[in-house]
Amino acid sequence: MTEKVNSGTPKADSGAPMVKSEGVHKSFGPLEVLKGIDLEVKSGEVFCLIGPSGSGKSTFLRCINHLEKINAGRLSVDGERVGYRQQGDKLYELRDREVAVKRRDIGMVFQRFNLFPHMTAAENITEAPVQVRGVNKGQARERAMQLLERVGLADKAGSYPSQLSGGQQQRVAIARALAMDPKLMLFDEPTSALDPELVGDVLDVMRDLAESGMTMIVVTHEMGFAREVGDSLVFMDGGVVVESGHPRDVLTNPQHKRTQGFLSKML
Amino acid sequence: MTNIEKTVRPTGTPPAGPKAIKAIPVRHYGRYVSAVVAIGILASIIYAFGQGKINWDAVPSYFFDSRILKGVGQTMLLTVVSMLIGIVGGVLLAVMRLSKNPVTSSISWFYIWFFRGTPVLVQLFVWFNLGLVFEYINLGPIYKNYWSDFMTPFLTALLGLGLNEAAYMAEICRAGLLSVDEGQTEASHALGMSHGKTLRRIIIPQAMRVIVPPTGNEVINMLKTTSLVSAVQYPELLRYAQDIGQTSGAPVEMLFLAAAWYLVLTSVLSVGQYYIERYYARGSSRQLPSTPFQKLKATVFSFGRPKGGTA
Repeated sequence: MTEKVNSGTPKADSGAPMVKSEGVHKSFGPLEVLKGIDLEVKSGEVFCLIGPSGSGKSTFLRCINHLEKINAGRLSVDGERVGYRQQGDKLYELRDREVAVKRRDIGMVFQRFNLFPHMTAAENITEAPVQVRGVNKGQARERAMQLLERVGLADKAGSYPSQLSGGQQQRVAIARALAMDPKLMLFDEPTSALDPELVGDVLDVMRDLAESGMTMIVVTHEMGFAREVGDSLVFMDGGVVVESGHPRDVLTNPQHKRTQGFLSKML
Repeated sequence: MTNIEKTVRPTGTPPAGPKAIKAIPVRHYGRYVSAVVAIGILASIIYAFGQGKINWDAVPSYFFDSRILKGVGQTMLLTVVSMLIGIVGGVLLAVMRLSKNPVTSSISWFYIWFFRGTPVLVQLFVWFNLGLVFEYINLGPIYKNYWSDFMTPFLTALLGLGLNEAAYMAEICRAGLLSVDEGQTEASHALGMSHGKTLRRIIIPQAMRVIVPPTGNEVINMLKTTSLVSAVQYPELLRYAQDIGQTSGAPVEMLFLAAAWYLVLTSVLSVGQYYIERYYARGSSRQLPSTPFQKLKATVFSFGRPKGGTA
């Protein structure tokens, strides 16, 4: 690893949780998607979320950077409550602007990439640093080139997303998130929309990132990746955490019936 | 013979070209008949106009008359400024309509309902005759004047056309904003960009692809609709052409002349639209469509070379 990702942000003590979730509930109308999620993600760890579709793992991930508002419970990132500010015994909802400030430090990678189609790969990466952090364009461009090189796409700086394969787009999307120097990266099924042969490239980049010490929460169906790279793993079903532990233990020796059933279909 | 055997053909041997099919093509007799009928009708229309007592020479001799040119200028000015009012108002109304605030969104709905639901000529007359109900315009310390001095024909025309246009542009902009995938907003928000920045930098540039073509349509429509404002005493192309027609004794010829000028102007606008669309198409298609100039260049330079060399 030539470059340290977290160079700008001071790392929390290795013991302090980066994300702490206590009894998090989330409903969409009458449909309760999260029914009390308790978990802790330590700083610097790769935390994998697995489970059948509809189990609420993506929703939980989106709650972490407040793309979804939670209905009950307490969710905090790096010691600060997500979406609210506590003053005395009163809880104030954060303004959009304040939420935006907090999101700067949390990178997110989507299943469907969501690159900006009217911008080249390099422009996609420089957009947020220039517009949000006020980095000057030359510096942002230089950093974008470094990041593109890191994800193996140095020659694609001038390409538009429509000219890139799915795997290449997802790697640009990872570079785009890294350009903000996040202290936490969220991956929402980053390889689910890819052709099988392109999955490897994206996983390589993520593995690389994990080795550099980035805190990562990964919603995935890639059990191989979870076992190899993951430090913790949680199996979710029906809006609750069914089983958690070290990926090797959970994946090879699942205790719960539902976990066993799910894994037998996956492997 | 299977496909697999084909692929293991030793390299170097040219593929045996398939034999071209020689067959007698289907004769489309209906096409010949309809072409003859269409040409016949067209010829008889041209003949009819040739028979009419039309002094065709009057058209070119007045084409660049100073009054006509002034009228063209007024028409273009009115088109541009009314369209600007329409676009700015339309964007504002679209954002209001899509906002979560029920008051602003209802006001926007009501505005669109009213201005789209009444004829623009009626609106023009209303603006023109508001002087009958208001004696003064009084904006407190900023501005105070007699209504009749304030509401000039030009302002009447601008308000009438611009505010009506805003209602249509609002719907076009709303469609454009809604056409952008929600994932774009999420990605932008996830990067810490504010609502405003997301709208300006991410959503609107993509919405433009959907917004530009119907807006081009609206501009052309607006150019033609300006001919209505002679009703509120604002002189433009049609009014000047009619004036000349009355004094020169060639009223119909002057109408042809006006029509020719409108055609020239709308043609120029269509070319402009083509280039704007091309600009906003970047990134959305793998290869930009070439400009007519590029097509011409390609044709000239590939002359004599085998076809299909440049894709």
